[in-house]
Amino acid sequence: MRMRNLVATLGVAALALTVGACGKDDSPTAGGGGSTTGSCGDLHKFTVASGADVTGSPTFTKMKARGHAVVGVKADQPNLGYKDANGKRCGFDIEIARMVSAQLGLDPDKIEYQEIPSANRETAIGGGQIDYYVGTYSITDKRKKLVSFAGPYFVAGQDLLVRKSDTSMDAGKTALKGKKVCSATGSTPIQRVKDEQLTEASNISEFKTYSECVSQLLDNKTDAVTTDDAILKGYAANAPDELRVVGKPFSTEKYGIGLPLTDKALRDKVNAGLESSFTDGTWKALYDETLGKSGAAATPPSLEKY
Amino acid sequence: MLSVLTDNWELFRDGFWTTLRLFLVAGVLSLILGTVLAGFRVSPVTALRGIGTGYVNTLRNTPLTLVFSFLFFGAAKTQLSLPTFFWAAVAALTFYTSAFICEVVRAGINTISPGQAEAARAVGMTFMQVLTIVVLPQAFRAIVPPLTSVLIALLKNTTIAAGFSVLEAGAIPAAMAERGENQMLTLVWITIGFLILITPLVFLQRWAERRTAVA
Amino acid sequence: MSAVLYDVPGPRARLRNRILNVVVIVAVVAVVIWLVLRLNDNGQFAARRWAQFEYKAIQKELLTGLLNTLRAAGAATVLALIFGAVFAAARISDHKWVRVPATLVVELFRAIPLLILMFFFYYGSLQYHLGLTPFHAVVFGLTLYNGSVLAEIFRAGISAVPKGQREAAYAMGLRKNQVVRLILLPQAVRAMLPAIVSQLVVLLKDTALGFIITYNELLYVAKQMGGRLEFGFPYIPTYMVVAVIYIGLCSLLSLLARYLEARTRRNRKIAPGTTVTAAPLDDGGAA
Repeated sequence: MRMRNLVATLGVAALALTVGACGKDDSPTAGGGGSTTGSCGDLHKFTVASGADVTGSPTFTKMKARGHAVVGVKADQPNLGYKDANGKRCGFDIEIARMVSAQLGLDPDKIEYQEIPSANRETAIGGGQIDYYVGTYSITDKRKKLVSFAGPYFVAGQDLLVRKSDTSMDAGKTALKGKKVCSATGSTPIQRVKDEQLTEASNISEFKTYSECVSQLLDNKTDAVTTDDAILKGYAANAPDELRVVGKPFSTEKYGIGLPLTDKALRDKVNAGLESSFTDGTWKALYDETLGKSGAAATPPSLEKY
Repeated sequence: MLSVLTDNWELFRDGFWTTLRLFLVAGVLSLILGTVLAGFRVSPVTALRGIGTGYVNTLRNTPLTLVFSFLFFGAAKTQLSLPTFFWAAVAALTFYTSAFICEVVRAGINTISPGQAEAARAVGMTFMQVLTIVVLPQAFRAIVPPLTSVLIALLKNTTIAAGFSVLEAGAIPAAMAERGENQMLTLVWITIGFLILITPLVFLQRWAERRTAVA
Repeated sequence: MSAVLYDVPGPRARLRNRILNVVVIVAVVAVVIWLVLRLNDNGQFAARRWAQFEYKAIQKELLTGLLNTLRAAGAATVLALIFGAVFAAARISDHKWVRVPATLVVELFRAIPLLILMFFFYYGSLQYHLGLTPFHAVVFGLTLYNGSVLAEIFRAGISAVPKGQREAAYAMGLRKNQVVRLILLPQAVRAMLPAIVSQLVVLLKDTALGFIITYNELLYVAKQMGGRLEFGFPYIPTYMVVAVIYIGLCSLLSLLARYLEARTRRNRKIAPGTTVTAAPLDDGGAA
């Protein structure tokens, strides 16, 4: 008897879920169009290259056979790699990922995105969980031993995100001593804070994502979030009354596209594609549509082929 | 194989030391809170029983990660949060574990023969006296084996704090990935560390089981 | 049962209990009101923080997350039950060379934190190109840990059947296989059911560890929703909703456990006075 009740409850619950599954298709943005915040707009249109081939690239063969690319990205960085409440992705990194896919002859609208936190990037690329990674991934010598990089496609600098009213860290990195600093586990910025001992070890906190750090900042549990200015500007643009970027970058972060270590053929192909986008104006168009909205104009970096 | 451990010795040492501290502090606190809750659940006051039951049913059915998430990202929004992430982790582990300890203690109380409590009441003891002087001391002996199981689970559960800015043993893999070390060997060493920590607890459990079996 | 600790209250005790009741209820209500006000002051109930739930895409993601949670839990339940049965059988074997390794395996997997077990599969697969997805890592991790606990539950259940049953069966000339299969298991299973179901609740809850190794389950979706700055980091609203879902699911299973327990008690045909309930190894879930 009671068993039957249980089944009935389950049935009702399932029904409620199906009936309840109705809602908005699009965002009810209060601020109207044109704002840098909120939901993603239209993505750039790319022409898919026909007959693209990369001889000697196992990764490309895999992608081709599958019919689409599996790309590792971030999902919580406004204007870089972001997924909005409609499930749409946008940002500079996303556009770069789409461009690479199109240049490889694979429809960018079919890309399968996987969100890989900073700490898992090398294993995910090395193990083939993803084909390539585009997500504020700084090129460093240490990482070059584990993965291979195409690019850089953008140059950023480590900076500080603070509460709007807090002016105590306006001097930049030297003012960090004694301050609580937060960043993402396994990221270059946190490593720099540790290596240069910019603040005491007990003042450092690490979370899986930057948005968790920003949340801690707003709740006064940390005094600054440190990572690349491009990322921080996106957050500041989303909460201009509460947050601001200090604006004294203290490093040069070259963003690369992470590829499997041994796949040199694919790296050359991706580099060639990046190069042509630098010269034919595509790069600039992508920048203006995304990052350009929260920062100044920029010029394409120069590639580092190795 | 050995160099993975020796080259990063300070990382493993600090990690497991934090694990141990989390375990000890949260263990003691959840024993206290769990016993108090068990007292609630057997008390003559209906409202207290309700609190005990509600607490246990809620916490036992919530994933520990969610308890952590609430304390780390939720509580801060109400200015209710604890001074450091370590203490927030201790709080999360304590809230979660005490629900299980409460149930173990309650089951232990139920194993005491009614005659004991009746005799205690007959000599004029109050509810608190019956519970603390007569019933609990006897119950604790019977509940050592299941209690140890809960504590072993607590020890292993401390690894979840790694996802919440507490650098304990569970955070070692991420730090080792940063250093470009072999992940599998790292995991093997962490496993060995946990085996070392857990073995004494298992022996305590076996010993207590034998003792109660004889009694 | 708990009435053992105190007498039937007299008039004064009744009055005191009533006063205590009122005091406690007032205190609890006060704390709840204070919390709600506090959250309200912080704008946690502001429409903007709850707006995400109105989006079709978000609802779909939550549903996908829920289904992924259930999928992992379902697969791990089946595998863990098989693992548990096999290793329980091995642990009660008459052959030492079967018994000892089985015991070691069970003890080992009970001692490793579940998160580390999942890491083994996740990192191991990526390092040695085994082609396992995060889903596999979650399921295999859950299987090894919960399977080992279930093996212990099965073993304890079988050894809790009164000795006379076994002896009588042997006396009738049944072989070990027959004794276990025909005499012990049918009696033990009924007694073990509540413990098994409680362990399955633990398993269901532990799927929530999957987000750490990028498995797209319910908590993963919740974290992503909470991390949207444009909605004011709605961690509290999102976690509240997800907690209700988890508690609902687990409570359903717990209800099932209680129902089975009650049925066991009703149907007890074994000699009264013998406790046949397997010691519940419900040890607070792993990780």
